[in-house]
Amino acid sequence: MIQQQVVKVGMADLNIALDGSAIRTTGLGSCVGLTLYDAEKRIGGMAHVMLPNSSIAREADFNRAKYADTALPLLIEEMQKAGARLGRLSAKMAGGAQMFAALSANDSLRIGPRNVESCTAVLASYGIPILAEDTGGSYGRTIELDSGTGILHVRSVQQGTKEL
Amino acid sequence: MSTLDKLADFELDVLKEVGNIGSGNAATALSTLLNKPVDMAVPKVSLVPFEEVAERAGGAEELVMAVFLRVEGEAPGNLFFLMNPVAAKKMLRRLAAMEVEEDLEYSDMELSAIGEIGNILAGSYLSSLADLTKLSLAPSVPAVAMDMAGAVLVYGLMQYGEMGDTALLIETKFLDGGEVLDGQFFLIPDPESFSTIFRSLGVPLE
Repeated sequence: MIQQQVVKVGMADLNIALDGSAIRTTGLGSCVGLTLYDAEKRIGGMAHVMLPNSSIAREADFNRAKYADTALPLLIEEMQKAGARLGRLSAKMAGGAQMFAALSANDSLRIGPRNVESCTAVLASYGIPILAEDTGGSYGRTIELDSGTGILHVRSVQQGTKEL
Repeated sequence: MSTLDKLADFELDVLKEVGNIGSGNAATALSTLLNKPVDMAVPKVSLVPFEEVAERAGGAEELVMAVFLRVEGEAPGNLFFLMNPVAAKKMLRRLAAMEVEEDLEYSDMELSAIGEIGNILAGSYLSSLADLTKLSLAPSVPAVAMDMAGAVLVYGLMQYGEMGDTALLIETKFLDGGEVLDGQFFLIPDPESFSTIFRSLGVPLE
């Protein structure tokens, strides 16, 4: 059997996967793993979003993959270069947990839910449907998108693996 | 992150000494609690890309027991005490005389005890820093989570997230030559805290 190729996406990073390869990111806590899929061309894309909105960026030349509102357009661009079409894209996402429930009173630590809200809103503004999501909770996740099938595997320490 | 990129070797050495004094005191507190010697490695101070912070704790997916405290006061920051979850159980048995099972299931009581140990160690870490710098520093209530290192450590990076893709990490490893203790301290001062720390120690600022 041929080993499936896996593209790795780091924190505040994004990439695409073609030709049946998989794309994965590890240790999502409050971050959101936002994935897009073009089922006809079998092109998958994934962004590891860290913060909800680029309006807080204090650097002039910031990393667009870090923020929900700038990561999505960049991911769409990259997928279009590979032959995907905006009208065919659908989304799945996972992450956005609140790892330290005891500290939820502190707003800056509610970052997980805010990341999810922001991703949902940005997807809506591009008219991209969300087929499935596994967000919230208080546990970390590792996700892997199969560009051959569009299935998103979500693994966590406490809950095992599920397929979206 | 223009200011941090320009930290001189000399300034990094000052921060290394800050980590050395803080974690040295925490190691002494831990040694007293355990009633056995605890060694620590020389602290490492470096500007670490976000992606690599979790690597320093064994990898983004590595299962860790983490106690997280927000440092409040004049030089705010984030402090983590990280343990191997199996070693943390052994420490509980020795320390709290708790009847613990050798597995990875933690009861609320056990997690609470872990949080309290983290609180004691963080308290001694910060009080020695406060003595050294004459700054007021106090830990928040400890929060405990056992999960993937990447998932918990990201909470220490938020203050850096809006200005770059690296964070300044002061890390110290504890060792006891055996297996009971396998712990690490990560102190990640907020970007705004450096000038306060340097000024309090008489380090000239440009």
